[in-house]
Amino acid sequence: MKIVVCIKQVPDSADVKINPETNTLIREGVPSIINPFDMHAIEAGLQIRDKTGGDVAALTMGPPQAEGALREALSLGVNEAVLLSDRAFAGADTWATAYALAGAVKKLGADIILCGKQAIDGDTAQVGPEIAEFLDIPHVAYVRKIEEVKEGYIRVQRLMDEGYDIVESSLPVLLTVVKELNVPRMPSLKGKMAAKKAEIKKMNRDDIGIGEADLGLKGSPTQVKNIFAPEIKADRKMFEGSAEEQVKALVAEMRNIKCL
Amino acid sequence: MNYFLNEEQEMIRDLTRKIADEKIVPVRAELDEKEEFPREIMKVLAQSDLFGLFIPEEYGGLGKGSLELAIAIEELSRACLGVATSYSANALGFLPILLNGSEEQKKKYLPDIAAGKKLVAFALTEASAGSDAAGVQTTAVKEGNEYVLNGTKQWITNGGEAEINTVVAMTNKSKGTRGASMFVVEHGTKGFTYGKKENKLGIRASSTRELVFDNCRIPEENLISKEGMGFIIAMKTLDIARNGVGAQGVGVAQGALDASLDFAMERRQFGQAISSFQAIQHMLADMATQIEAARALVYAVARHIDAGEKEISKVSAMAKLFASDVAMKVTVDAVQIMGGSGYMKDYPVEKMMRDAKILQIYEGTNQIQRNVIGQALIKEGAKKK
Ligand SMILES: Cc1cc2nc3c(=O)[nH]c(=O)nc-3n(C[C@H](O)[C@H](O)[C@H](O)COP(=O)(O)OP(=O)(O)OC[C@H]3O[C@@H](n4cnc5c(N)ncnc54)[C@H](O)[C@@H]3O)c2cc1C
Repeated sequence: MKIVVCIKQVPDSADVKINPETNTLIREGVPSIINPFDMHAIEAGLQIRDKTGGDVAALTMGPPQAEGALREALSLGVNEAVLLSDRAFAGADTWATAYALAGAVKKLGADIILCGKQAIDGDTAQVGPEIAEFLDIPHVAYVRKIEEVKEGYIRVQRLMDEGYDIVESSLPVLLTVVKELNVPRMPSLKGKMAAKKAEIKKMNRDDIGIGEADLGLKGSPTQVKNIFAPEIKADRKMFEGSAEEQVKALVAEMRNIKCL
Repeated sequence: MNYFLNEEQEMIRDLTRKIADEKIVPVRAELDEKEEFPREIMKVLAQSDLFGLFIPEEYGGLGKGSLELAIAIEELSRACLGVATSYSANALGFLPILLNGSEEQKKKYLPDIAAGKKLVAFALTEASAGSDAAGVQTTAVKEGNEYVLNGTKQWITNGGEAEINTVVAMTNKSKGTRGASMFVVEHGTKGFTYGKKENKLGIRASSTRELVFDNCRIPEENLISKEGMGFIIAMKTLDIARNGVGAQGVGVAQGALDASLDFAMERRQFGQAISSFQAIQHMLADMATQIEAARALVYAVARHIDAGEKEISKVSAMAKLFASDVAMKVTVDAVQIMGGSGYMKDYPVEKMMRDAKILQIYEGTNQIQRNVIGQALIKEGAKKK
């Protein structure tokens, strides 16, 4: 089983400050950690590997200093660490990030791709599912338990607002995980010592073969206008008529409220 | 203060502190209250390779020395002395094998100990043998290629939790201390059971129990070194381990200082933080000064041992004596600084105060440490004449 865990280095704080003028995160002076949800993804990868055999690669896209996060992943026991880094990646939104990561995953090859459910500095929860879409493979988000994994098959529990779903999938699959999934292990001293000396595999845009237009700021359709916690509206509307009429009405309504 | 630790030593401190903060601090009050052995924490320490610190690389350990061990013990003790005692007593238990075991014994036992798969206990004390270790009554009689053990060890840390026990028993009573021998007795051996489990003032997360030997037969290969070497091995073991008790003292005292300093800066009386009163500042100053002096001594003794110096009894007794007295004084003062809050279980310092007391008692009471130091001084004095 080949497992790739996508990790992100984030500032060590749940309440990162935002520069009100540029609407971007202020990162200076905050120590970096592996995104906490990604720690659960790493743990899941290691547990699957320990059961089924194979190996786990940690993959991150980021500046050269993101190597720190990879060394930490190595100290926890991942077999390989890959740094996807290129000046051209700068300014990437979730779309461009996922596109680049998908390119790297394709190169590495994977049966299972694991991501945290979201990064605590952006909170979009988009990159995982987007990678799966770019790779054209199934994904299951908010995985809280992995029930069974075998050649070509996986069964997991997906956390829902009330209870959970049991989801089966073929492999390859991408899972995004929640913290209920496991308790991340502590690094070991031997792991830390080995991680200090380990070689980090480096990839740039040429290695993943992505053109200028799909990269970084240029490849990023998102424009951040304002950041706020969405208001939760729990309106309910019932449609009547034949199934066809109901679907038409539903689509029209979704267009109306700008969901489509 | 800068103790010129190398990168690996800093790494050991960081990792142990992380485990202490994330895994031990949140559960220490509960472990204390329920008098519960910290099995889950032991697993984390095992996974992090901390049980292998002092064991050579050829037996699966990390091949580090007393200084690294002291750093790890200090950080664990800062969070919970009960956990730190369980960890330290493990080292006390495997030292006889490491110091005097045969190649076969080392190969057989040390890799599992380094991996944290098997915990160890060290059993010397008996009802009639406390400070006077020569009072050991447990006997080991050779029959064929076996030894038959009879007797009861009391107050054995990790008793009942350990898979491996290093046990002192008399093979020849008529020879006094020269008639004692050191054995390995494994959990599950027929005739070996556990007796009374103690209900203690402090270090309640650690297990303290009787080991009972009733016609317990062990193979002769379980004798460490030769017959008659039991006390010599025990004393060599204690010489190294005692500095670890010093490290425990430094750790628990630091934990108490940290807690009382935080409190003093928050708590307001007479319209100001109590930390603005000179009476409080002077207590904090004395506590911090004593801790730093104790740490400097413990680290210096660790480096002395790691350098391979032969004479270590006196200095390790000094480290144990001084740091444990500091721990007792500092933890009492921490409670005083925090007033009624310090006396309550909502804060960690009352536990630290109860825990600290053991450091002046086990691995030789502080009176016995002074005896050791005094005798060494007289010996040195006599040599000069
Ligand atoms: C929680 C706990 C855990 C322990 N764990 C272990 C363990 O893992 N393995 C093990 O083998 N033992 C263990 N012990 C035993 C411990 O080492 C002894 O308690 C200690 O050596 C003191 O012996 P004692 O309690 O019998 O006191 P005693 O020897 O009866 O001493 C009573 C008092 O007399 C003083 N005294 C005795 N002799 C002299 C002297 N010659 N000069 C001056 N003063 C003297 C002592 O200092 C003390 O104040 C443990 C004890 C406790 C309480």
